[in-house]
Amino acid sequence: MSPRITLATAARVLTQLRHDPRTIALMLVVPSLLMTLLWWIYDGGVVFDRIGPALLAIFPFLVMFLVTSIATLRERTSGTLERLLSMPTGKLDFLLGYALAFGTVALIQALITATVSIGLLDLGTAGPSWLLIAVAVFDALLGVALGLFVSAFASTEFQVVQFMPALIVPQFLLCGLLVPRDQLPDVLGAISDVLPLSYAVDAMSEVQANTDPQVWGQIGVVLAFSVVLLALGAATLRRRTP
Amino acid sequence: MMNFAVRIRGLRVVRGPVTVLDDFDLDIRSGSLTGLLGPSGSGKSTLMRAIVGVQKVAGGTVEVLGRAAGDKDLRDRVAYVTQAPSVYADLTVRQNLRYYARVLGAPLSDVDRAIEQVDLGSRADHLVGRLSGGQESRVSLATALLGKPELLVLDEPTVGLDPVLRVQLWELFHRLAESGVTLLVSSHVMDEAERCERLVLLREGALLADDTLPDLLARTGAADAEGAFLELVEKAEQEASS
Repeated sequence: MSPRITLATAARVLTQLRHDPRTIALMLVVPSLLMTLLWWIYDGGVVFDRIGPALLAIFPFLVMFLVTSIATLRERTSGTLERLLSMPTGKLDFLLGYALAFGTVALIQALITATVSIGLLDLGTAGPSWLLIAVAVFDALLGVALGLFVSAFASTEFQVVQFMPALIVPQFLLCGLLVPRDQLPDVLGAISDVLPLSYAVDAMSEVQANTDPQVWGQIGVVLAFSVVLLALGAATLRRRTP
Repeated sequence: MMNFAVRIRGLRVVRGPVTVLDDFDLDIRSGSLTGLLGPSGSGKSTLMRAIVGVQKVAGGTVEVLGRAAGDKDLRDRVAYVTQAPSVYADLTVRQNLRYYARVLGAPLSDVDRAIEQVDLGSRADHLVGRLSGGQESRVSLATALLGKPELLVLDEPTVGLDPVLRVQLWELFHRLAESGVTLLVSSHVMDEAERCERLVLLREGALLADDTLPDLLARTGAADAEGAFLELVEKAEQEASS
């Protein structure tokens, strides 16, 4: 692994994104618009205050999963990944390059969404709002890690997109947004306990409810999932292929 | 003592149900320009992938520049250009090359030099995705000219190029060979054989010939490389059936 190659890769991914202003606009603006829609549906109020922070956790996870899985699938199918791995690129350079690039985008996305939610839509949280943004960035990294891993199991972009309903929607249904996790049927509660998004949403709820939120445990779980997924992702990057 | 850039002994490659190469031996002298010829499906690309170290092999040894193929030490000493251009369509020509130069640790001044060498100076700031197929494959070729590779493995680098450009590129290959670089260039166009010092003819994974063109013509009594190849195929088939 070399910092030179990791940073070069992150810069390259961001340059690619810069050539695609429509994707940037969609990534940065859509979450705020959805927040506004939610605010309108519930007419602001307590339900919005409860659900809003959870959505702040879900957006970056979902968006970064999609862009990363498609971007790395492209690298696998276009031969650029093979070329990079035949060069001095380490597997970690490649993975961390992506994590760094999309992590940066996620930070900007979270800043915009949180500013709109708190500043314009009056989202009320007891804890400090910078923690909401920190949790959102960790969720984004989780999305990047899952996307990198999943791209190894898809050979077309159609397949990769189908992983979203397969892997993301169940986490969304079980993360506590629809029914609090402790009120789920036992089996579902147990499943929800091993899904990373549950911890991300728990962290957000904690920030929302407490003036002195203790979220580092949950963030630790999200980070641990990300590290394990990145390690599994690294195992799917092969210098030699059949 | 003669120096060999590539020494292959007993190489066996199986891809799916097909044994592409079996008990294959080949030596490539340092500083030579070797043409690898044969119909499509004859195993040229697989052989090249084995030399670069990106092909899973079932047996035998491939030694490149005194080390096992794919060794870490070889990653900036061997440059490989695949048949399908492995470059980023959503970056400009210069952005592609700057990225690969940074990965290789090559000076950024190499970027402009490589762009000139493949005659893309007027397209340097164009997006690769907007270039013609021939131009795109030249971007891929330019990547292999970054840094100081000692062995260039080029899979069909002149496909789809106009005759003038093909002549220019072959002149470049000769200049590189004169400066001590070893080149292995594949083609399925037999008239390109005449530009190589040494010819390796492949057919169905077997070595039909490994010779200079004059010797090959003298041995087969053919007028050109294509005739010699057909002669050798016929001979091989007679031997197989008798």
